[in-house]
Amino acid sequence: MFEIVKKEELSDAVTLFEIEAEDIAKKAKAGNFFILKINEQGERIPLTIADFDRDRGTITTVFQKIGKTTHHLGTLNEGGFISDVIGPLGKPAHIEDFGTVVCVGGGVGIAPVYPIAKAFKEAGNTVISIIGARTKNLIFWEDKMRAVSDDLIVTTDDGSHGRKSVVTVPLDELLRTDKSINLVIAIGPAIMMKFVCITSEKYNVKTLVSLNSIMVDGTGMCGSCRIEVGGEIKFACVDGPEFDGHKVDFDLLMARQRMYLDEEKFALQRYLESYKEKKGGK
Amino acid sequence: MEDKKKKNRIKMREQTPQARIQNFMEVPYGYTPNEAVEEASRCLSCLRPACRNGCPVEVDIPSFIKLIKEGKFIEAAWKVKEKNALPAVCGRVCPQEIQCESLCILGKKGEPVAIGNLERFVADYEASEGEIQTPEKPKVTGRKVAIIGSGPGGLTCAADLIKSGHQVTLFEALHKPGGVLVYGIPEFRLPKTIVEREVEYIKKLGVEVVVNAVIGKLYTIDELLNGHGYDACFIATGAGLPMFLGIPGENLNGVYSANEFLTRANLMKAYLFPEYDTPVKRGKKVAVFGGGNVTIDTARVALRLGAEKVYLIYRRSEEEMPARKAEIHHAHEEGIEFMLLTNPTGFIDDGKGNICAVECSKMELGEPDESGRRRPVPIKGSKFQVEIDVGIPAIGTRSNPLLLHTVPDLKLNKKGYISAEADTGMTSKQGVFAGGDIVTGSATVILAMGAGKKAAKSINEYLKWKYWDFKR
Ligand SMILES: Cc1cc2nc3c(=O)[nH]c(=O)nc-3n(C[C@H](O)[C@H](O)[C@H](O)COP(=O)(O)OP(=O)(O)OC[C@H]3O[C@@H](n4cnc5c(N)ncnc54)[C@H](O)[C@@H]3O)c2cc1C
Ligand SMILES: Cc1cc2nc3c(=O)[nH]c(=O)nc-3n(C[C@H](O)[C@H](O)[C@H](O)COP(=O)(O)OP(=O)(O)OC[C@H]3O[C@@H](n4cnc5c(N)ncnc54)[C@H](O)[C@@H]3O)c2cc1C
Ligand code: SF4
Ligand code: SF4
Ligand code: FES
Repeated sequence: MFEIVKKEELSDAVTLFEIEAEDIAKKAKAGNFFILKINEQGERIPLTIADFDRDRGTITTVFQKIGKTTHHLGTLNEGGFISDVIGPLGKPAHIEDFGTVVCVGGGVGIAPVYPIAKAFKEAGNTVISIIGARTKNLIFWEDKMRAVSDDLIVTTDDGSHGRKSVVTVPLDELLRTDKSINLVIAIGPAIMMKFVCITSEKYNVKTLVSLNSIMVDGTGMCGSCRIEVGGEIKFACVDGPEFDGHKVDFDLLMARQRMYLDEEKFALQRYLESYKEKKGGK
Repeated sequence: MEDKKKKNRIKMREQTPQARIQNFMEVPYGYTPNEAVEEASRCLSCLRPACRNGCPVEVDIPSFIKLIKEGKFIEAAWKVKEKNALPAVCGRVCPQEIQCESLCILGKKGEPVAIGNLERFVADYEASEGEIQTPEKPKVTGRKVAIIGSGPGGLTCAADLIKSGHQVTLFEALHKPGGVLVYGIPEFRLPKTIVEREVEYIKKLGVEVVVNAVIGKLYTIDELLNGHGYDACFIATGAGLPMFLGIPGENLNGVYSANEFLTRANLMKAYLFPEYDTPVKRGKKVAVFGGGNVTIDTARVALRLGAEKVYLIYRRSEEEMPARKAEIHHAHEEGIEFMLLTNPTGFIDDGKGNICAVECSKMELGEPDESGRRRPVPIKGSKFQVEIDVGIPAIGTRSNPLLLHTVPDLKLNKKGYISAEADTGMTSKQGVFAGGDIVTGSATVILAMGAGKKAAKSINEYLKWKYWDFKR
């Protein structure tokens, strides 16, 4: 059992947990993820280790409530327990001094991009960050991102905060004007990562993405997370999750993410109804 | 009459095929005590029992069967357990027809003694009636051993080492111990309560079981040996890396590796969705590819998940299928359609990223290949399509590199499995032993257990002398 030692609502849909997991915290590196299973009936879902504190023995994760498991997770409170936490998994992000890097975080992807931006900064890079979301109250960690970036651009689709645009617009401007940029990192919805890659390819700037395919074990045993990179099958859980974005078949990734759409819709609805009943009954 | 009785074994009663494809409960019911005694009485108590040579761990077959004849069922169970710590498992899943039973003298004229059924009977009897025997607490040695992987190899090694008085920790990457016994072999062939019982037993003996521990990620072998103070390690991580067919369309939705399909269904209990959260596609028309135990298990799980039609597509003929005969028989009974001498050449997209059919070629058998089996060769112009909505390659597994990559000084063979001495499990790295599927490639439960046993014995020796001499 793993205790939730801190809970913070970052926005309407996004929650932060700090989970006690001393041994994982000891080994965690930027770019790693972990898998959790809430209880006996639960499914195994991967979440990024957005931060860790080796002294306190905790890992931090930030998740967006989208389906049954993440909604259920969101109802847990400080002092509550998660039955299984497995990690650290995946290869850590490749950090070195590239010169100037652009870190792009979309939606809940702001959380996993943060430790990477921080590590790049510490490695001596000039870090320009772009964070974006649909609307103002989905943006979080603006101050944290600013603290590890030389420059920070915030965008929202509806213009309620920062620039009214998608993240690729300022990215395109940067790449066009600043020839010292050697690397782009993008984490967010698959569709965002796809367009970031299309943008950066025009300028021939290497781009790393962190892929979020559907996983089960996270150890290379099942092949659920398989994706195509440069025409080869790769397992995102062990070969990644970070890959060269210009080689990734994003359409395949997106198609595979939709595999259980019907089951997910059904499970969420069923969950929300039973949750309402429970609440109403109290 | 007497003669006929000697010739034919007592059949185990089982669920009818029509009933059992609607549920995940075990297929055979097991013997009653009377049936067990009657079957046992067929055994000739041979002085030089051939059957024993067919058992990889040399269970004293005539002795335990004699105890059954005398109605001493508990004692019979203990007799088996002298050599085999998991009789309830082996009685159910050993390929007896090529092991112990293949050599039974009665097999020459009629049916061999049903050794597996009897082994299962005594184990179940002991569990339901008797006190599970816990051995006396051994003298504490102060030595610590780490076992990595909780499949049959790891469980057996842990049980033996704890009995020698060492401190034993069993690390498992998944959230539940048991290895293939829990994630691969389905409930209707090996009820999970049996595996849980065995795990509880070794915990009672004092083994510390740590789940959710992916060795290589959470700790490395060197950290276990140096920082954590373990004196030796036994690696029994199995062969968990799925192989795909390498044909077009294999990443379409609806195509699963057998590992994934079985893990979702067994370990994650997707057959109980939505009570359990993990989904699995319940295909109406399902094709499984391959000819082994895994293929048959997968086909039978798909059927129980509600498929109207399940095809088993295999490129050779039924004779060459490596699966247990009993399971092939069960699969036929349940209405699984065998498409033999047929090879898949591509999966077809429905235009939305889902699989809608598989294209196959008809095959004929040519000259024998390295395995001694006749090599299947495609017949020109024989391509045809089969409509399916779920396709599952179950064509084997390979060595999973996750842990091995973190132990650079561990010698591997050219297929990527660990190089280890067959008799001792010793590897090229001092203090590190290995056994089971991660050494041999996919094999059997009893062979993994045998490897666990041998390793326990040599770990005992090693802990006394700390002498290392790896000869390969
Ligand atoms: C390496 C990795 C890191 C991730 N990090 C984060 C993170 O830091 N924060 C965050 O909010 N999300 C993260 N995700 C995505 C997160 O795993 C999914 O949002 C979550 O599984 C959804 O579960 P659900 O039951 O709430 O939703 P569902 O309704 O089940 O699914 C919604 C969508 O989530 C995806 N999904 C569903 N099940 C899984 C699964 N078992 N594995 C992966 N994806 C699945 C599918 O695309 C699906 O359409 C990460 C995914 C991966 C692979
Ligand atoms: C579907 C199926 C049906 C089968 N049917 C039969 C049958 O009828 N009869 C028969 O005799 N054999 C059968 N087999 C084969 C048999 O199950 C295997 O040969 C046997 O389980 C191998 O045992 P093992 O101890 O080597 O490893 P496994 O049982 O594979 O267990 C290895 C364990 O190690 C864990 N692990 C892996 N990596 C790590 C790590 N880095 N850190 C921590 N833990 C790790 C895994 O999660 C797993 O739990 C079947 C196999 C399958 C897949
Ligand atoms: S362990 Fe397997 S091979 Fe040995 S006697 Fe029992 S059933 Fe036969
Ligand atoms: S060979 Fe057959 S008859 Fe003889 S002891 Fe073994 S089981 Fe009994
Ligand atoms: S999640 Fe199973 S192989 Fe990647």
